[in-house]
Amino acid sequence: MDTALLIEKLVLVVLLFLVSLGIAAYSTYFERKLAAWIQDRVGPDRAGPFGILQPIADGVKMFMKEDFTPKNADRWLFILGPGIAMFTALITSSIVPWGTDLYLFGRTIVLQVADFNIGILFVFGTISIGVYGIMIGGWASNNKYSLYGAIRASSQMISYELAMGISAITIIMMSGSLGLTDIVKSQHGMNWNIFYQPVCFLVFFICALAETNRAPFDLPECESELIGGYHTEYSSMKLGLFLFAEYVSMFVSAAIISILFFGGYNFPGMDHFSGNTLALLSVLVFFAKIFFFIFVIMWIRWTIPRFRFDQLMHLGWKVLIPIAIINLMLTGIVIAFHEGWFLN
Amino acid sequence: MESLTNRKRVVSDKPMTFLEKLYLPAIWGGMFITLKHIFKKNHTIKYPEEQRVFAPVYRGMHVLKRDEEGRENCTACGLCAVACPAEAITMVAEERKKGEEHLYREEKYAASYEINMLRCIFCGLCEEACPKEAVFLTDRIVPTEFDRNDFIYDKSVLVEPINDRIDITKRQNTGKRGVI
Repeated sequence: MDTALLIEKLVLVVLLFLVSLGIAAYSTYFERKLAAWIQDRVGPDRAGPFGILQPIADGVKMFMKEDFTPKNADRWLFILGPGIAMFTALITSSIVPWGTDLYLFGRTIVLQVADFNIGILFVFGTISIGVYGIMIGGWASNNKYSLYGAIRASSQMISYELAMGISAITIIMMSGSLGLTDIVKSQHGMNWNIFYQPVCFLVFFICALAETNRAPFDLPECESELIGGYHTEYSSMKLGLFLFAEYVSMFVSAAIISILFFGGYNFPGMDHFSGNTLALLSVLVFFAKIFFFIFVIMWIRWTIPRFRFDQLMHLGWKVLIPIAIINLMLTGIVIAFHEGWFLN
Repeated sequence: MESLTNRKRVVSDKPMTFLEKLYLPAIWGGMFITLKHIFKKNHTIKYPEEQRVFAPVYRGMHVLKRDEEGRENCTACGLCAVACPAEAITMVAEERKKGEEHLYREEKYAASYEINMLRCIFCGLCEEACPKEAVFLTDRIVPTEFDRNDFIYDKSVLVEPINDRIDITKRQNTGKRGVI
């Protein structure tokens, strides 16, 4: 194993970890600010100038609170739940290509921790494991509301994973590869998938909202009926991990959406730059896209009320999956036509 | 049935059109509305730094007034206690002795005068009933306490200090009893 490669990847991993957590922390702040603006309020403004230290104050509060475990809870699963939720949320970012290659110290540094050739499958795998965090947490709490939240989370996951997977297959067919790097490279410049697959994007985006348990699909939490759902019994930093995992996965899903449909780090006119300038610019562009999608996801949360559970199932099974399948078949026919299948 | 007001609306449950069934135009409409609100002015009053201006007729904590020479106006007639719909006021009357003329304006005075601020509904009827211009509601806020007994205010809290008079001109000039 090349030592320099090891160091380079290690730096990238640590950097990614810190950036993910930092962005997740400031997403909580920005979410509260945005909610306030949309409701004609001011929002948090006491901790530091414009309340900029609010996430730190929240973190300190979370750590200082009593860490309570219910008497009849399954102790180990109770601890495992938030851990799984946080772990899977963080690990997905390892295969995201953050920018074009960087040239430093005579080496070519790939801004991606690991380029699996099964990239997109890995994303789906980790996201599916992510729901185990919620399920185990809800089950271990030994509480009706928590169990309801957990059941809702798992059934919602099953329903929406399908439509999401089918719309992802459409993109895989377009680019001809499962690897995220290839998918991004096939959208060079302004050749983004959104212009070819707007319906697919819509389905994928709605499913991504459902997968990250964001409003209007936040039924597993559902404060008004389930008292917080799967994290009803949680307190202190365990609760913090659950809430944090949601924001980390929101960050990651915003990244995945920009990779699949909005060209990842590609931007129009990128051929005029080269080398490290291009690398820096591409990272900036990618983060701009990610922040935009985080903003949109929050914007939707503060606009649309929560679905009823049967409406959720109806939307998932009877609307999104048929649309995704029809879209997949149409895309297949068009691709086959392009390859010249029907010509002779 | 004959409609007596013009507020009657006929409820309709006509089936949704295709565009309505899509829901997306409605969702985009909603998102546009929330986007507009992001740029709107907020109406928050940042409390400790800014305070809302009270209306001149605001009815807050009571005061027992003294006259210009610093003598207590209250004669313990009990009209405020009778007028009080919440039964918040109690008092004990006493006769003024020789040498106390500088303390009490008339021959009778309130030896004790208590208002239970938890019972009080701040209606202002005591003020209206008072024939001696002794009790007024002011724009001061009753502070919070931990003990219920601390809400029973006696004369040491209610009577205004001689050197630190409470301004009640705004209450006097509300037109209720004419301009003084």
